[in-house]
Amino acid sequence: MSNKILEVRGLSRIYGYGCPLCVASTGPENDTNICPHCSSVVALHDVSFDLFRGEILGIIGESGSGKSSTVKMLYFDDAPTQGKADFFDNGQRHELFQQNAAQQRRLRNKRFGMVYQNPHLGLNFQVSAGGNIAERLLMSDVAHYGEIRRRAQELLLRTEVLPERMDQNPKTFSGGMQQRVQIAKALATLPPLLFLDEVTTGLDLSVQAAILDLILEIQQELKTAMIVVTHDLGVIRLLAGRTLVMKYGRIIEAGLTDQILEDPQHAYTQRLVASNL
Amino acid sequence: MQPVLIVEGLAKDFFLHEQRETIPSCSNVYLESREGKLTAIVGPTGAGKSSVLKCIYRTYLPSTGKIMFCDTAGQSMDLARADEHQMLRLRQREIGFVTQFLNCLPRKSALDVVAEPLVASGVHRTAARTSAGEMLARLAVPQRLWCVPPATFSGGEKQRVNLARGLISRPRLLLLDEPTASLDPGTTDLAVKLIETLKEDGVAMIAIFHQPDLVRRLADDVVELAPPVLVKDYNKECLS
Repeated sequence: MSNKILEVRGLSRIYGYGCPLCVASTGPENDTNICPHCSSVVALHDVSFDLFRGEILGIIGESGSGKSSTVKMLYFDDAPTQGKADFFDNGQRHELFQQNAAQQRRLRNKRFGMVYQNPHLGLNFQVSAGGNIAERLLMSDVAHYGEIRRRAQELLLRTEVLPERMDQNPKTFSGGMQQRVQIAKALATLPPLLFLDEVTTGLDLSVQAAILDLILEIQQELKTAMIVVTHDLGVIRLLAGRTLVMKYGRIIEAGLTDQILEDPQHAYTQRLVASNL
Repeated sequence: MQPVLIVEGLAKDFFLHEQRETIPSCSNVYLESREGKLTAIVGPTGAGKSSVLKCIYRTYLPSTGKIMFCDTAGQSMDLARADEHQMLRLRQREIGFVTQFLNCLPRKSALDVVAEPLVASGVHRTAARTSAGEMLARLAVPQRLWCVPPATFSGGEKQRVNLARGLISRPRLLLLDEPTASLDPGTTDLAVKLIETLKEDGVAMIAIFHQPDLVRRLADDVVELAPPVLVKDYNKECLS
């Protein structure tokens, strides 16, 4: 189907030596993701899903469930031990884990965007807010100074960062403002695919709401496909049409978000939904 | 003409892992829905009326049975087995749902809340807001409230915003779960008129109404659900 932007199949990641018993002795049934035989950590096992153009997919789970690891592999922050992922872009298929370093860098800089929970991972605190955006535009070969400055201004305005703060260092910004700069930076090249890893965790409620509204507006305007990683049921309820539930590195349930919330099938999902405040 | 929807032998039960119990909801449901006709589902509380609507919309995963939907292009598919992307596409274009309660963000104006389904289906925001205004006017929501978030509205005003939002995109099949629950007689009449125009436009509807006279006024077809047969007394453990 031409609507597909990403196809992930059998993604696995084991930290440590990995023995033949790793997979069979970990997972939700065994209540651990640490192999009792070799102490390797099975961070991901056999993760498969599709993402369509302009769609928001939520991944929910507790710490250590593998939700962030999934996104890390796809953004090349880490490499899987097994599995494949195809990215469909302008009629071309890119096998993500077959790409050489230069090709991966190109995809990261131009076609993917990432917003981390920790702004230190996504922003360069040595340069100004505008400089951060310029950095990304330069890497994707926009080189004209005036053009870069204009685009940076536009993006910061769109993400509601005061224009007079463009030349200030994001070090001096509040947490919510730093997230806005991160979003502006991620969007600089208008990527068709955006990863959001716990972007509102740790922010106070009113700032969370404003950031989530911004993400929704952007998705409606630009039709960017997004993968939203969170442990917060409210975030997926608001943003995601479909949701994957992960535990101990496995997808234990997948479905329409309202179905996951109102008719959860797996024991863990039922507990998760029941414990919602 | 081919029905828009045929439900055959639908049943839904919930398995609760924590309690190790299966809770039956609706069972053995048969119904049909045709263009321009309204099918009313009646039955006592707990008979699973809302569950039927939720199974059709796939908020619930049906346990058994078929839900055959015939789309605008004449393609037939079983909603009980449709994949999630198919469902999302149908929800955007073909199947609408008006629930008893207004579920919306406390920081969005009534006008934007109503316009939202149109914006999501690709209509430009300005045009969508114009249509939203027309809908609100038809349901007699005073214009001074249009730019205010519905959180502070009265129950009846909220319900009218909810109806306007559900009716704005003119889906092929509309599911209505007590859409007039908290409306006064005057506004109920406005809602009834609006539902009648939708029927004239050919929208197929399946509805749950609280008031029997609404069933008489609007329904072309009535399906009665029996309460589920309890295999076990669930209260025993809890109350002992």
